[in-house]
Parts: sequence; C-alpha cells; structure tokens
Amino acid sequence: MTTKTQTNDKAIEKPNRRTVLDFIKQQPLGFIGIVMIIIMFLAAVFAPYVAPYNPEDVDFMASPALGGGQPSIEHPLGADAFGRDILSRLIYGARTALSIGFFSAFFGCSLGAVIGTTSAFFGGKIDLLIQRFIDLMLSFPIVVLAIVVIAIFPKTVMFGIDVNVIVAIAIPFIPKTARVIRSQALAIVTLPYVDAARANGFSAKRIIFRHVLPNVTAPFLIMMTAFIGQAILLEASLSYLGLGVVEPTPSWGLMLSGVNSDYYRTAPWMILYPGVAVSVAVFSFNLFGDSLRDWLDPKLKL
Amino acid sequence: MLQYALRRILLVIPTLIAVAILVFLVLRVVPGDIVEIKMTAEGGIVSQEEIERERERLGLNEPLYKQFISYMVGLPQGDLGISLWTERPVAQEIGSRIALSFELAILSTILAVLIAFPLGTISALYRGTGLDYVIRLLTIGGIAVPSFWLGMLLIMGSISVFGKLPPLGTVSLFEDPLTNLYQLIWPALSVGYRYSSVVARMLRSSILEVLSEDYIRTARAKGVLERLVIVKHGMRNALLPTVTVIGLEFAFLLGGLVVTESVFNLNGIGKLFVDSVVRNDLNLLQGLVLTVATCFVFVNLIVDLLYAALDPRIRYQK
Repeated sequence: MTTKTQTNDKAIEKPNRRTVLDFIKQQPLGFIGIVMIIIMFLAAVFAPYVAPYNPEDVDFMASPALGGGQPSIEHPLGADAFGRDILSRLIYGARTALSIGFFSAFFGCSLGAVIGTTSAFFGGKIDLLIQRFIDLMLSFPIVVLAIVVIAIFPKTVMFGIDVNVIVAIAIPFIPKTARVIRSQALAIVTLPYVDAARANGFSAKRIIFRHVLPNVTAPFLIMMTAFIGQAILLEASLSYLGLGVVEPTPSWGLMLSGVNSDYYRTAPWMILYPGVAVSVAVFSFNLFGDSLRDWLDPKLKL
Repeated sequence: MLQYALRRILLVIPTLIAVAILVFLVLRVVPGDIVEIKMTAEGGIVSQEEIERERERLGLNEPLYKQFISYMVGLPQGDLGISLWTERPVAQEIGSRIALSFELAILSTILAVLIAFPLGTISALYRGTGLDYVIRLLTIGGIAVPSFWLGMLLIMGSISVFGKLPPLGTVSLFEDPLTNLYQLIWPALSVGYRYSSVVARMLRSSILEVLSEDYIRTARAKGVLERLVIVKHGMRNALLPTVTVIGLEFAFLLGGLVVTESVFNLNGIGKLFVDSVVRNDLNLLQGLVLTVATCFVFVNLIVDLLYAALDPRIRYQK
C-alpha cells in the first residue's frame, strides 16, 4: 500500500493548530453545509414549536382530492391527500431523516472501524479472511443489501425509531468503512508506540481501542458525515418503496410514495417539496463532508 | 496479458461460489413464514394441516442441509427453484424481465458518460473559475438528488410542457426501437444524472492529479503542444480510475433501478425485487440477489481486464 509512507510522515508532523474560524475561511462551502445542517437539526428538535400544525392532523376539506390544498397562507407548502399540512410534515420528517441517518451512519461506521482496525492489527490470516469477507459484502449494491436486511429482520420500533430500518441502512456501510479504516490503520500499527504498547504486554483489545482507534478519528468522521447523507437518501428510497418507515410517521420518502398520477397534474406541491427536503439535506451533508475531507485529510480516498 | 486474464477469470469461480453460499445462509434465517402469509392472504382461515401440506409440497420441510445441496446442485444448471408466489421457475421470472433492466442500465451508462466526460474535463481544465464552480455544484447536486424524485420531476415537467405523461410501460426494442428508446430515455435520465455526477467528479480529480505529475511538466518543457499534453499524456492516465468508477457505478445502477422502475411503472427486475420482499417470496429474492451479485462480479472482471489493457504495470504485478 502506498498510503503507508504518507500516513507515517503525517503522523510525525506536528498537527498545526487550526480553529473553527480557519475552517470557515478555508472552506466556505463546507461552512454553508454545516449551517444548513444545524438549521435542520434545530427545526427537528423544536418541531412542536416551529411547525404550524400537528403533522398528523387530518382535514379532508384541504385535500387535493376535493380540489383544495393549494399552497396558501394557511398551508404555506400546501396540504397532502389527507389535508395534512406539508410544511409541518416536512419539519417532523426531519426528525425521522436525521435520527435514522445519524444512528445508521454511526453504528455502521463504528462497527466498520472496529473491524478495520482489528483486521489491520492482527494481520496475516485473520486479515486475509476479513478482507475476503468484506470483498464479498461489497459485491452487493447498497440498496439491494438494505432491502435484503429489511426482508429478514422483523419490524422493530423502539422509542418511536424504526430499529430495523437503521440496521438495514447501517449494514451496507460496514464493509466500506472497514476497508478505508483498515488501510489507514495499517500504517498506524507499525508505529513505535504500538510496539511499545505490545512490549508492555497490553491486550489486543486495549491496543486496538486505546491506541489505534483514536488515531483513525479523522477518516472516521469524514466517512460518517458522507454516510449520513447517503443514509438519508436510502431511508427516503426505502420508505418510498413502502419498505422503510410506515404511516403515520412523517417521512420525506413516505410523503412521495402515496403519489398517484392524478397528483402530478392537480397537486404538484405534494411531489416537489419532500424531494427538495431530501435533496437539500443530502446536499448539505455532502458539502460539509467534502470540505471536512479537504480540511482534515485531502488524500483520503472514499 | 493472457496469463493475467486467465488468472483473473479463474478467480471468478470461487467468488461466485462464496456469494451463493452467503446468499443461502442469510436468506434461510428469515422469520416470516411464507406459506402462512400466502394462504391467509388468499382465503382467510386455513387449517394447520393444510399449511403443513403446502410446506411439504414446496420442499420447505426438508432439513436445511438437504435444501442447501439441492440449491447448490441446481445453480450451475440455471435452476433457481420455483417462485413461492407465482409457482413459476425463478429463472424464468427473472429472465423475462432482465433484458429491460439491462437495456435501461446500458442506456443510462451511455448518457452518463456522454455528459460526464465534457463536464469533468472542462471543470478540471478551468479549475477555480466560475465555470468550474457551477459544474462542481451541479455534480454535488447529482449525488444528493434522489433518482426516483428526479423521475417524478421529469414526469411533472412532461405534463406541464407537453400536456401529457411521458409514455409509461414499454414496447420491445426489437419491435419498435424508436418508441422503445423514447420510453426508456426518461428513466435513464433520472438515474443517469447521479451516475454522470459521480463519473465527472472522479474524472475531474484524476485529471487534476495527473496534470500535477512531473512527466506533464517535462512534456510541457519539451514544447509539446498543450492539446497533445492533455490528450495524450493527461487523459490517458486520468482514464484509469474513471473506468473503475464507471464499472462500479454500473453495477450499483442495478440497485438504483429498484426504485426508479417503480416510478415509471417498468416491469424490470428492480420492481420484481421489491415485489419479492413484499410477498415474502424467498426463492425469488434469493434468485434476484444472486443475479445482481453475479452481474457485479462480471462487471468487476471486465473492469479489471480493461484496466490491465490500459495500464501495462498491472499485467506484470504478482
């Protein structure tokens, strides 16, 4: 691996002190990304105070089926087939998207990071075996893998969060993270302080968790940011297909799924805004993730 | 080259076997009972006896290892079992739909490459200019926009511009190529946007990387025409990682189609895939996952061979 020497050099270099202000100055696009993420996060947390209506309030008089629901002062972004306020559903939908996005990216990346560093630390046969298995996992497209997990896991909802959807989205991230983290960890396990830890007789577990894992934080954060965006996209796709979150939970993908061809003509707002919400969310995370990579580790290949 | 190619082709066999085993293992832990779901869905109350008889008939009562053996023996003969729902052979169900999905995938690849190459090259050569920023924003956007939503927007746009829906459903390519193309161009565009964005981004970054190499400076110092520097010295080397991305994305496209086919109501394997999950049709799901993974393995093979053809260093590596 060519990354070995690069990372070695980097580890020896003194990290130059950089502040949040430097990030804003050097990565203006990334700054815009994180600002949008924070706005979405706040909207999701304070949804009951921000949203004009309860997202599950049905008002059939405002349904496009009866010719109503146009964007108006009452419903700024219109109403859906049940006369529910779209803006409110979008704001509450941010809760679903962000929580599922964050948790699945976090669990997927964490497990991937542990597998990657373990693989690099032990090397030899164990490394080879893990790598072959990862190659195998990577031969399934993400959506396909996620749907298979949905098919074999019973639906589980805990604290109002769909655990099976999180698992389904997290699993495809594991092999990808494991591969990138392993290539970074390979350089770290050859450094003298890891040898010193070995010489001290520390257990493999302690060395992996205390000495190797903290040093792959940068790629971990970069990958996680990128994967939150992908997870939001995946959640929307799964819910759209009717395999993810189910009614009445407000979810951006789900809002698009009930659309039949009549609404293309009579209620385009039902299609337009949920998609904008997904795109803006994913766009923000991509923008922030890209800048984070440029800032922390420009050579990292995802 | 021949030796490398042979070695690489032989590697496909153990990979496929491993994929087959993995798929079997994973899908046999499914908790839902297909027979019960199917029978109660069709006619309400069914006796336990009848369910047992149906399980027996479908071979679901056999011990796992026996199911596994018959599965592994059947695979090389193209026998993927029968669909638990329609009771037609899985291979037949997939076979009748795969051509459509494949055509769609190839069409989007062509579109994506046609869009990505000029965008990526211009963006790299005019780095830092307004044009570069616009292209970069467009391509970051391409990764963010859900393809199924883009499909919906295309349908909406078609309604407001032409006053009618784009044609949904399909005519065979061989019966009426023009109508067929006109029908498939919309779904192809909606998945192709993301595809072209990924390729354009890769192309941009690899051109930039190559152009900073010493041999480019040498070529320029020798007074080689700038056009030749970029085409002969730059592009050829920048193509390598781009080819990989095109191949990888092609395989992942088969996944992306799962969602897009539903939007355009196309009867391809993507739609079949969703149906198989909704109906808990294990055999069909198993067959589909195997098909997609096999496609991926072969696309990978083609990419590796192409790579070796483009870059002599790879052929001689151990």
